[in-house]
Amino acid sequence: MNNLRGIYTIWYRDLLRVWRDKIRMASFLAFPLLFLVVFGYGLSGSMGMLAPGIDFSKFMFPGIIGMTVLMTSFMSGVSVVWDREFGFLKEVLVAPVSRVAVAAGKTLGGATIALIQGILILLFAPLFGLTLSPGILPKLLPVMFLVACALSAMGIFLASRIKSMEAHQAVMQLLMFPMIFLSGVFFPVNNVPAWMGILVRINPATYGIDSIRQLVLGAQSTTSLGITIFGHTMSIGDDLIVVAAFGLVMVILAMWSFGTQE
Amino acid sequence: MPKSHIIEVEHLVKNYADLVAVNDVSFAVDEGEVFGLLGPNGAGKTTVINILCTLSKPTSGKALINGFDVNHQQSQVRQCIGLVFQDPSLDERLTALENLEFHSRVYNIPGSLRKERIEQMLGMVELWERRRDIVKTFSGGMKRRLELARGLLHHPKVLFLDEPTLGLDPQTRRRLWDFILSLRKTEGTTVFLTTHYMDEAEYANHIAVMDYGKLIALDNPKELKSMVGGDMITLSTVDDQKAQAELQKRYNIQARGDGEQLTFEIANGDRFIPTLIKGLDTEIISISLRRPTLDDVFLKLTGRGLRDEAVKSEFKEMVRQFGRHQRRR
Repeated sequence: MNNLRGIYTIWYRDLLRVWRDKIRMASFLAFPLLFLVVFGYGLSGSMGMLAPGIDFSKFMFPGIIGMTVLMTSFMSGVSVVWDREFGFLKEVLVAPVSRVAVAAGKTLGGATIALIQGILILLFAPLFGLTLSPGILPKLLPVMFLVACALSAMGIFLASRIKSMEAHQAVMQLLMFPMIFLSGVFFPVNNVPAWMGILVRINPATYGIDSIRQLVLGAQSTTSLGITIFGHTMSIGDDLIVVAAFGLVMVILAMWSFGTQE
Repeated sequence: MPKSHIIEVEHLVKNYADLVAVNDVSFAVDEGEVFGLLGPNGAGKTTVINILCTLSKPTSGKALINGFDVNHQQSQVRQCIGLVFQDPSLDERLTALENLEFHSRVYNIPGSLRKERIEQMLGMVELWERRRDIVKTFSGGMKRRLELARGLLHHPKVLFLDEPTLGLDPQTRRRLWDFILSLRKTEGTTVFLTTHYMDEAEYANHIAVMDYGKLIALDNPKELKSMVGGDMITLSTVDDQKAQAELQKRYNIQARGDGEQLTFEIANGDRFIPTLIKGLDTEIISISLRRPTLDDVFLKLTGRGLRDEAVKSEFKEMVRQFGRHQRRR
């Protein structure tokens, strides 16, 4: 009971902070929107159809949603580094709340913010020629949240081991951009060189992006665009198992890492 | 074990790689007292506090707070301690009220009591009017007062104050202390304090002095001062070196010279002054007598002045605040 309240309190504070800082929230949206507009409108004409009925901007749109969720949740770890820098982490660490609850609250906080960002991008769908039926939302939102939780846990875990803002920024950039570029956000991953194919397939973000894309574009139309492993095309269920397993490992690592904080 | 000991520390040791930060420290603190832990910077005070408030694990030894082991019963220990850290630990982007609400939730204060307690504490530190303001807009003194209010919100049995008034102006310091002392009276809260300010150390019922990770003295301020061995006489003459030699030869007194004046300790100093004036061949310019202070005790025990350490801490604090300021921009 105490721990549930602890999780809620930590989650609530993270949301409150973001709410106070709407400009930062908006600036996180600017980047994906820029990609959508520039690449979507810019490249669609010269790339033609990637699959029947799917031009480049339609292809990229679900990828950008995934990227937004991924980036925001990954970056949510910055709040841990920030709290350490400004001392608030100490207040959290000496509170009579278990460290497991602290890690859980932080992960859920980051994931919630990432989900909200993803939803905001989703609102732009009509601009890119996509009509989304409200019927997919009960599936899409939980999938986005799962991806967000997995990546948040990773962000929180890494941040709990990093002591300075500068180092955090460096690590984020070193990890985040390869994860995004090699996840199939910007191009179908089936026609890449073999070495890149391997990197794409060991990148957990790939499966998150693929599951979101399959949901948004419909499974039929993505068979030619999806990921195949040893001849097996990953279904949404397969993708989610990978994401959930990865997320579970990261959550455990984050909890362990918080437990050993001094 | 007598129940009256709210904190018990036995043979505490903390090693960092090749550094012994805390070396076999033992002491006990009575319930309801003000206990001062003094020592030069780097003596191991903060490490002791970190171990006591479960932020750091001891290498060996044992520490109990309110009967709970800091190593194995962390949640129970955390529930009964309050902290005001050397470094600020507020969420500066939230309001004063939101900071206290966060605290009251994680410390399990029942919802029905929350509002009343927060109002009472904010009233005590005179911040009720500012409760809806973002903490970032507060002055250093206001932030420290808010931290004090937060540290007391869950009615802790022990309040840890790690240099609570560092970098504050004298007026704010006095007000902060008024709050702390009144609280001790009304709630019976035990106060565990580290400080470099002599006048603050005087509030303590017992003082422990640490140096190089070891406890080198533990007593009440009066007894500690009596260690110095009488009154302090400060003497200024036309030729200090000659006077120093004369004191040594004639009265067997070891005077310390700092280039400007001579200082020495002597019992019944007020009676010695007339003798000195009559007996000393070197011409005296001025002479003064004072009772020993904790600063003298500290100087005698550690070879460093408490005041110098305070200045060092203040400088460190300035550098740190400047750094934060730079980063925030």
